[in-house]
Amino acid sequence: MIASMTAPALEIRGLARNFGALAVARHIDLVLERGARHALIGPNGAGKTTLVNLITGVLKPSAGRVLLDGDDVTGLPQAARARRGIARTFQINQLFRGLTVLENVCLAVAERTGAARRMFPSVRRDAAMIDEALAQLDGLRLAGDALVPVRELPYGRQRLVEIALALAQRPRVLLLDEPAAGVPSAESHLILDVVASLDPDIAVLIIEHDMDVVFRFARRISVLVAGAVMTEGTPEEIRADPRVRAVYLGESGDRHG
Amino acid sequence: MAATDEIAVAARARRFLAAHARLRPTEALPWLVAVAAFFVFPDRLTFGSQVLVMALFALSLDLVLGYAGILTLGHAAFFGIGAYTVGLLAARLDWTEPLTGLLAAATCAGFAGALSGVVLLRYRGLTLLVLTLSTTFILQEFGNVFDRVTGGYDGLPGLSFSPVLGVFDYDLFGRTAYLYALAVLFVCFCLARAIVVSPFGRSLVGIRENTARMHSIGAPVHGRLLVAYTVSAALAGVAGALHAHTNAFVTLSVFDFENSAGVLVMLILGGTGRLYGAFWGAVVYMVLQDSLAKFSPAFWQAGVGLLLIVTVLFARAGILGLVEAAGRRLRGGGP
Ligand SMILES: Nc1ncnc2c1ncn2[C@@H]1O[C@H](COP(=O)(O)OP(=O)(O)OP(=O)(O)O)[C@@H](O)[C@H]1O
Ligand SMILES: [Mg+2]
Repeated sequence: MIASMTAPALEIRGLARNFGALAVARHIDLVLERGARHALIGPNGAGKTTLVNLITGVLKPSAGRVLLDGDDVTGLPQAARARRGIARTFQINQLFRGLTVLENVCLAVAERTGAARRMFPSVRRDAAMIDEALAQLDGLRLAGDALVPVRELPYGRQRLVEIALALAQRPRVLLLDEPAAGVPSAESHLILDVVASLDPDIAVLIIEHDMDVVFRFARRISVLVAGAVMTEGTPEEIRADPRVRAVYLGESGDRHG
Repeated sequence: MAATDEIAVAARARRFLAAHARLRPTEALPWLVAVAAFFVFPDRLTFGSQVLVMALFALSLDLVLGYAGILTLGHAAFFGIGAYTVGLLAARLDWTEPLTGLLAAATCAGFAGALSGVVLLRYRGLTLLVLTLSTTFILQEFGNVFDRVTGGYDGLPGLSFSPVLGVFDYDLFGRTAYLYALAVLFVCFCLARAIVVSPFGRSLVGIRENTARMHSIGAPVHGRLLVAYTVSAALAGVAGALHAHTNAFVTLSVFDFENSAGVLVMLILGGTGRLYGAFWGAVVYMVLQDSLAKFSPAFWQAGVGLLLIVTVLFARAGILGLVEAAGRRLRGGGP
């Protein structure tokens, strides 16, 4: 408890993971202070999503530690880490497609409040849950879609539901894996606006390919290349780093081509 | 968004989600039909109580398959444990009171569900299918080996149970058995219904829809499934106990593969994840079986095969799914 006063929101020490012979994470260190705005960049296949999976507990590391508020959570399963305040969004939507937007968010609210253990309906308590979920949706301008099944929403709005689910967890650490991926550029600002206006107390790690977005949003940037942190610094330092230009910025123009 | 819009959306949303929990008029239909059948077919009540028992069995399966998305071919194990619990209590210990028998059966089957679930629920898909199937075979063989206690393949014939509530004695026409089975089915339906509309029940649907996301929003998925599996096993145990009560005998055939497969077919026919699919599926399956098998058993097997094919190809949501779709189309034109 004393540790949580001073310890960073999230700290990763020497995290490593192999897939067979392929080292996808090599001794990665990373610190997110409370309220951090940190970007993780790197070419395709650098291991960015893998790092998120290691932090959240989807994957077990072969070495290294993950600390949340100074507590070692490396041994904890995914759900336990989530309940301790880590939330993430997925590069490719992971939603409850057959359920409405509101039901999607209610599921996340119910897990956070512990309502999900309740095995009988309660009009009053269910109403409180629905109101909270609606407030969450309203904050993301999704309230109008509350009753639409997720699978019937356009992709861009589904990406907002991704974020709504993560925010409904009231996280202290939020990992955003390419939140605007797959969204037409005309609509991506809707998502990036949401990202820009996140609660300043939440420590945010964002994976993003659009350098304009990264430089505008992040106060610190880590560059991941072939599973290792090549360098870390402020946006100015990263912009000025010739190695970064060589491995990443130089090829960013034809990255999707 | 304007304030009035927000209020309208909120009100609509509340109503929408409350609608999950609110009783609909159509939910009275199965019970009306069941009560009407009592008066219309006074000479078929023994068959009728078999239908009600299977409806309860299918209901128990719906909790795990329809809601949580766990595919199992071993639910007969819990049905059988329930049947043998009351059978053995009556035959060996002279414990013949039916309602406490039901509780004992629920406890034993639920315990077996919890115990086996700890291991089995770590698996999904084909592995789980094979594991649940073989567990049931092993139980059956177990019953055969300990035939001094269980009666082996001859089972426990000629069981007699005390009157229900100490008053209603079983009669030759099966009137008591029918009403008793109906009452138990009704109570279990109410219980299952409360569970599936509760936040717990919704989280099971979440696991079915996207297990990975449930992990990531902090749901203890294994624990949730284990609770659902245990409740489901207990309900299947009650169905098995009812089976023993209403037939006054038990044999090891309760553990047959056909029992596990039959209940699965009923549920798929009726529609999974809808509660009442269990009821209508059992009715349609059993009535068809009864009438087609009169011609020849082969006729029935071909008939149910064909019906299943039609269902999974053209009506994945079963009979109730078709009814719901028709209802939506009818309402589509109106307000
Ligand atoms: N489960 C897995 N098994 C084996 N290899 C994997 C697995 N998951 C990822 N990889 C490999 O690990 C490497 C890193 O993948 P990862 O998805 O983390 O990259 P990324 O930086 O997120 O890329 P992108 O920008 O395309 O999203 C890739 O070479 C990928 O093929
Ligand atoms: Mg990725």
